[in-house]
Order: sequence, then C-alpha cells, then structure tokens
Amino acid sequence: MSPIAIGGRTRSVDREAWALRIALTLMLAIMAAAILLPLWSILSKSVEDRAGAFVGLANYAQFFGTPALAQSIANSLFVAGLTTLIVVPLAFVYAYALTRTCMPAKGLMAGIALIPILSPSMLPAIALIYLFGNQGMIRELLFGETIYGPIGIVMGQVFYCFPHAMLILTTALSLADARLYEAAAALGTPRRRVFLTVTLPSAKYGLVSAAFVVFTLVMTDFGIPVVIGGRFNVLAIDVYKQVMGQQNFQMGAVVAVVLIIPALASFVVDRVVQRRQVALLGARSVPLVPQPQPARDWAMLGFCAVVGAIILGILATAVFASLVRLWPYNLSLGWSNYVFEDFDSDGWSSYFNSLRMAAATAVFGTLFVFVGAYLVEKGKGAGWARQVFHLVAMVPLAVPGLVLGLAYVFFFNAPDNPLGGLYGTMALLTICTVAHFYTVAHLTATTALKQMDPEFESVSASLQVPFWRTFLRVTVPVCLPAIVNIAIYLFVNAMTTVSAVIFIYTAHTKLASVAIVNMNDSGAIAAAAAMAVVITATSAGVKLVETLVSRVVLRRSQRWRAR
Amino acid sequence: MTIAGVIDVHGARPNGSDGRPPYLTVAGLEKRFGSFVALSGIDLAIPEGEFVCFLGPSGCGKTTLLRAIAGLDRQSSGTIVQAGRDISDLPPSRRDFGIVFQSYALFPNLSVAQNIGYGLVNRRLGRAAIAARVEELLGMIGLVGSGDKYPAQLSGGQQQRVALARALATRPGLLLLDEPLSALDARVRLRLRGEIRELQRRLGVTTIMVTHDQEEAISVADRIVVMNHGRIEQVAAPEAIYRTPASLFVAGFVGTTNFMTGVRSAADRVRVGGFDLQVTPGDAMGTGQVCTACVRPEDFVIRNVCPDTPNAIQATIEAVEFLGAVVRARLGSPQLPDLPLVADFSLNAVTDLDLARGRAVTVALPPERVRIFAGLPE
Ligand SMILES: Nc1ncnc2c1ncn2[C@@H]1O[C@H](COP(=O)(O)OP(=O)(O)OP(=O)(O)O)[C@@H](O)[C@H]1O
Ligand SMILES: [Mg+2]
Repeated sequence: MSPIAIGGRTRSVDREAWALRIALTLMLAIMAAAILLPLWSILSKSVEDRAGAFVGLANYAQFFGTPALAQSIANSLFVAGLTTLIVVPLAFVYAYALTRTCMPAKGLMAGIALIPILSPSMLPAIALIYLFGNQGMIRELLFGETIYGPIGIVMGQVFYCFPHAMLILTTALSLADARLYEAAAALGTPRRRVFLTVTLPSAKYGLVSAAFVVFTLVMTDFGIPVVIGGRFNVLAIDVYKQVMGQQNFQMGAVVAVVLIIPALASFVVDRVVQRRQVALLGARSVPLVPQPQPARDWAMLGFCAVVGAIILGILATAVFASLVRLWPYNLSLGWSNYVFEDFDSDGWSSYFNSLRMAAATAVFGTLFVFVGAYLVEKGKGAGWARQVFHLVAMVPLAVPGLVLGLAYVFFFNAPDNPLGGLYGTMALLTICTVAHFYTVAHLTATTALKQMDPEFESVSASLQVPFWRTFLRVTVPVCLPAIVNIAIYLFVNAMTTVSAVIFIYTAHTKLASVAIVNMNDSGAIAAAAAMAVVITATSAGVKLVETLVSRVVLRRSQRWRAR
Repeated sequence: MTIAGVIDVHGARPNGSDGRPPYLTVAGLEKRFGSFVALSGIDLAIPEGEFVCFLGPSGCGKTTLLRAIAGLDRQSSGTIVQAGRDISDLPPSRRDFGIVFQSYALFPNLSVAQNIGYGLVNRRLGRAAIAARVEELLGMIGLVGSGDKYPAQLSGGQQQRVALARALATRPGLLLLDEPLSALDARVRLRLRGEIRELQRRLGVTTIMVTHDQEEAISVADRIVVMNHGRIEQVAAPEAIYRTPASLFVAGFVGTTNFMTGVRSAADRVRVGGFDLQVTPGDAMGTGQVCTACVRPEDFVIRNVCPDTPNAIQATIEAVEFLGAVVRARLGSPQLPDLPLVADFSLNAVTDLDLARGRAVTVALPPERVRIFAGLPE
C-alpha cells in the first residue's frame, strides 16, 4: 500500500468512478438528442406559423376548427373504440384458454396467436383486399358494404392488435392465487360466481391495460388505414398527408401532438396497473394449476382453433396473393411478384436496407440498452442522473412512431442543427428505431439486472477487480438470455415498423416496409403482398433460429443454472 | 446452551487493550441517510489479529458501519485509519479487505475455482501460481476436488466457505463478515462458526463479523461491540459484556436479566416497590433518583439463606423450565408484587432442596451482584 494515497484521491481511484460518470453523461446526451430534443422541436413547431414565429395555440384552434380534420378525430376514436371492444374479449377468452384450462395443443395455439407480431401491419390490410375487395374472393359476405373504410380498418386492426392484448392478458391471468379458488370451492360457490368474483377482478388490471394498449395501437397505426382506409380519414393518415402531401409541417405537428394524448394516457394507466398487479400476488401465493374439465377444454380448443384459423387464413391469403400472377385474371402461381425490380425502382435493395437496418438496430441497440440499464441499476453515485436516464428511457412508450418520425424530421432536418449530417443516413433510421422501441428493451434489461445479487460489484471492488471486468465476466453472461431477447425484439420490430421511418427514409435508405406502402400506392398490390410476406418470413426465420440457438448454445453457456 | 454456559466453556480472553497499536481506528464516524442518522459518534480501535463482533438489534447500524469501513457506503463524516493509512476517502478498490455477504454473492456462472481465483487473476500472477493458491484455499475450506462445480451445485454451508475462501484469496489485512451464517440452519451454523474462528486464529487476520445472534458473538469474538440506535453502547470482551454490562440496554440485550425499577433511597439502598434492596455503594447516583437494578438469573442464592441474609426474599415457585444443567424458575414474591423474577438453580439444588412448582423458598441477592443503572429499561 503506497503511503501517497493517504487522505486523498489518487489517479487510479478516480479511474473507475470517472469511467462510470463519463459513460453516463455520454449516454444521457445521446438519449437527449435521440428522444427529448426531437420531441421538443415537434412541440415548438406546433405553436409556430410557417415563418417560424410563435403563434400560441392558433394552429390548434385552426385544427379543431377545420371540419375535415375534426371528422378524422371522430373517425379515429370510432375505429379504435370498436377494435378495442372486439379484440379485448376475444383475447381474454384466448388467454383464459391458454392459462386456465387443460386444453390440448396450448403451445401451438400460443404460437399461432403471435404470428401477427411478425408481420408489418400492412399485411392484414392487403389480405383483406384480396378477400373482400372489389374483386375479392368472398366479397359477398360483406352484403354490398365496402371493405375500403372503417370495416376494413377494424378487421385489419383486430388481426394486428390481437397478440398484444393476448400477451398482456396471459400475464394477468397466469398470476392467479390458487388459495382464492380453493376457498371459493370450499364454500360451494357455483363456477359462474367464482368467475365473476375471483377471476374477473384479479384480471381487471390486465383488462384495463390491454384495452388502453389496443386503443393506442389503433389510434397511432398508419399501415392499415394507408392501405385499406379509402376515403375514410383517420388522424395517422392526416399527419402523413399534411406533411408529405401539403408540406404543412405546423399542422402535421399539431395532429402529432394530439396523437400523443391517447398514448400518454395508455402509458400512465400501464404504469399504475403494473404496480397494482405485482401487489396482487403476495410472496405466499400458491400458483393455480388448472384441472381438466373435458367439456370446457374442448370448447376452448374449438374457439382457439377458429381464431387461429382466421389468423392463419389471413396470412395464407397474403402468401397466396403474392404468388398469383394476376388476380383475378391469371390464377397461375409463380414468383413473378417477387421480382420487385418490375414494380419499384429500388427492387430488392429496400429489403436489404431493412435487413441492414434491423441488424444494426439489434446490435447497437442491444449494446446501448444493456449498458444504459447497467448504469441505471448498478452504477454508484450520481443518483439523480441515473434516475433521469431511467425516466427518459420510459418516454418512448408514450410516443407513437409517427410522432417520433416527424419529430426527427423537424429536429435533424433543421438547418442549424450540428447533427444535421445524420439526416438521410441509415444511422439515423437505426437511431430512430432504437429510440422508438427503447422502453420495452430497457425494462427487459433492468428486470434481468435486478435479479442479480446487488453485492457482485461490492465483491469485485473488494477484490480490486475493476467493475468493467465483472461486467464482462459475470453480468453479461448471466444476463445472456435477456440480451438475446432484447436483440430479437429490436430486430423483428425494425423489420416490420413503418410509422416512424416513413418520414425519414431517403432514396438511398428506403426500407422494405416503406416499399410496401409505395408499391401499394402505385397499384402493385401483389408485389406489396410479396414484400410483406418476405418480411414476415424473415422475422419468423429469425425467431426460429433464436429458438434453435437457445436450445443448443444457450443451454451450454448456461450450464451453471442446472442444480 | 445458555449464554452463561458459553462463557464458562471459553473462559477469559485477551481484551485487546494490552498496548498493541490499533490496526484499524474509526474516529467520530457519522452516517446520515437524508435526515435519518444511521450512525453517530462512532469511535473504535481494533488491534491487529483481533476478532471483533458487531452485535445489536436489527436496524441498529451494524451493516452500515461495516460498509463504511469497507468504503461501500461512504460515511458522512469521520475518519477511518487502517494500518497507519487514512482510508476515509478511498473507494473500496483502493482499500485492503476481503468481505463475505449474507447472500455470499458467489458468481453463479463461474466455477468454484474461478470464484476463489477471481481476485487473483488481475494481480500479475502466473496461471500456475493462481492454480496453486486456489488449490491451497480449497484445501483450507475442505472442498478439494470441488473446484469444477458451480455454486448452485453446492450446499449452503459449502457456498459460505467458498465465499470465505474468495475473500481470503488475496490475503487481505482485514476480513469483513456481514451475518455470514444467518442463511444456514442451526446445526451447520454452529459448526461453521467454530471453523471460521479456527481459520481466523490460524491466519491471524483482523476480522470484523456482524451478527444479531448474541450467542454467536460471545462464542467467537475476542471483543464485542454492542450497538443500539446507531451508537456504540459498549466495547469489551464477551465475559465483561455479560458480567459488567455498561448500560441497561446491554444488560437487557445480552443474556437474561431481571429488571427491578425503583428509587435510590440511600447510598446503599434502592427501594423497589415495598422492598429495600441493598446494593454496593460507589456510583455517582444521588438519592431520590429513579434507577433500575439488574440481576442475572444465576446470581440468585438458594442454599444457606436465612431471613437476615442481605436481600433475602420470600417467594413461591410459580413455574419451572428444565434447561439441561440448570432449571429456570419463575418466582413470585409478596414483597415484590407484580414483579416475577427469573432465577436459575443447579440441578443439584433442585434435587437436594426438592424444588418444584408451588414450593415456598427463600432466595437471596448478593449486593455485589446487583448492578444499578439510572433510568428505566427501554
Ligand atoms: N440506503 C439507505 N437509505 C436509508 N436508510 C438506510 C439505508 N441503509 C440503511 N438505512 C437505515 O439505517 C439503519 C441501519 O441499517 P443497517 O442496515 O446498518 O442495520 P443493521 O444493524 O445491519 O440491521 P440488520 O440486523 O437488520 O441487518 C436502519 O434503520 C436502516 O433503515
Ligand atoms: Mg445488516
């Protein structure tokens, strides 16, 4: 021990503390540039006139005073409300079947229900056009109504939102306390009353949360109405039209800010619900193990099979649409619609752009997310800075993709922004996508880190091992399953997302999901279907590889988990 | 085993104040969490090679003090000097200690050998030297041949030993143990505390162990630091803590004590209810002051007591409890109404005098065994 150290800080003392501080500062600065400043610029844009002068709420007054735009609000609320009313009960029964019954083929049913997550939201809309469009296969079922409009939007949204609601409700329903059911049974309570007095109340937070999430998804989704909305205007389309069509950035900003409201409400409700739900299940709860009831179990299987068949049917329709040479005139099958060069000048290159962007999002996003979560959870000192980081990480969940994309236009395209060089690059698309999906990834990482012994860092300090060594040697390996999950989550979302990137892609960085919108606009709907199928296949392939890899590699590297 | 029994087994110990220079000195230490004062006025000197226990009720600040010494939670004010070096402002990585946590905090993805060698790897030791040291430590904790296992494959007691070996691998000057045994079942705990003590003697490493188990502290420590409400109540050898507690809190926290609250009526008298208790004079307490007399159960005398023996009390045995070598009796006396007394009698006395429930007895309290403290018990 050198006597120089007496009473003071030596250089190497500060090395670790400074490394932590610098990393935290740097990452906070990046978060500010990627999330907070763009949002600020969209807020300020909404209170400026075209010349950039402050006009207060004049734009908002104008917005609400324009009958066509006010009509869009009503339309958006209508389709969002109707979709919520349809999806939540369907998803509840489906989740109930998966968690509370002894239905056969649970794994298969759970897998099928998740398929829509792997697809861009345009896919169900395209499939619906093939089914119910003017030349649709079964358009008679609409009794003369048109699919282009609220009917088509709601049908597409039900497909697209179903897995999101189902996942939330599965979690809620799997947190059951068997003791409550035993008590009810001991009192001779009839089944229906048990359902009404025990099951529903314990799932109520999940139901509320699912309803808000679905409502927000519909309000802010762009892919389905752009394909199948026809002349039925919704807010998400208005943003796009105001900005891309009329170059009216101020009005676009106003609509975007209005779109934040349901997302923000949903975010707050979700936070409250999460807290309550944890409290519901005490440490002494006994998990409920469902008992076989053949009549109920088979009825549930029937229900799930119908829902599953519809999901698979829509997917199969899209695949079929992509393979038919010229619907409905030439029904021979082939790959001609996959020759994207014939429909879109960018051809396959937009797909490869998507692959590159998704890979970059998965790699750099996971890296950033995990290091950030580590600093928040395990960093020493700078308590307020770590709290701020955590708060900023929560923001993206309350910001619809459309809003984020538009915010990026305003912020990064501003002439005086030193970061303006990023505009139009693949890097900016990647940053935007990471920011868009940051919250869920961040929460996954913090949950994994919270489960680690809080004293690992203390032990390594006492052994004079620098914290970054323990980070690489212990923290990362122990959290590997969560890290893989985050990477896959980011990859799949980067492949399918359209709402944020539609505003900031350029000729050189066009993505596959944007190509779908473009090809659909230009009437090449079969090619659009083909591209949607390619994206879905890619996501599914990555998921499949992940499953196989975690079976083999993860099991080997996680050997220590076995007792 | 009773506390008195533990002391008798081990006998007297060096009390640490024999002129050796302190290895670790804590002076004027204070720790605040916001407005909450977790530690205040902590002064402590620990000689080299001593085994010290921090003992106190839950929340009294034992862990906080240990973590301040380790540098894991910086103190709000005060200084810490270790081996002549002021370490008050050093981060843990610049201090010289090994630590074992209650949870052990073994790295789950590293094997036992990798865990033990964790601190050796970055010390510019050769691969062979590290392997040899790990082997040596595995031998020391009796786990030779288990180096390739993972922590999850070990029992709680084995994990605890691995954590100990990891902490000792780099030969630290100070070993810190935060309730290292509390996660284990009673039998393993008893064996391991002996092993820890044995190892500490052999290596001569200055050791601080936090515990809230008084029996554990008494059986392993050279000196015990009794803490309460973020302050040190007493620092002394286990026997001194037991026989001459420095405060009412210590008297009540360590071992069993009869509290008799009364008023000082004369220099050698305390009036408890209607009873005049004779005590040894010599403290500074004035007459009329409220005070509490403390008596250990084993200090009651039952043989050769006559009515004019000092502090003779007529009582009835209300309940007896068989504790092995001794029998614990609850005594009710009309002289001390509503004040049941707990007295221990040897099995011999019980047989000879035919002590049983309902027996009327006369017991005496030798004045020199009665300790007086100002105020009321907590
Ligand atoms: N980080 C903290 N923030 C606020 N208060 C704290 C913090 N850590 C400890 N305390 C408080 O300081 C007091 C002492 O805590 P400490 O953990 O040192 O107790 P302890 O003696 O080790 O108790 P136990 O036997 O339960 O482990 C407690 O009242 C505790 O609530
Ligand atoms: Mg403690």
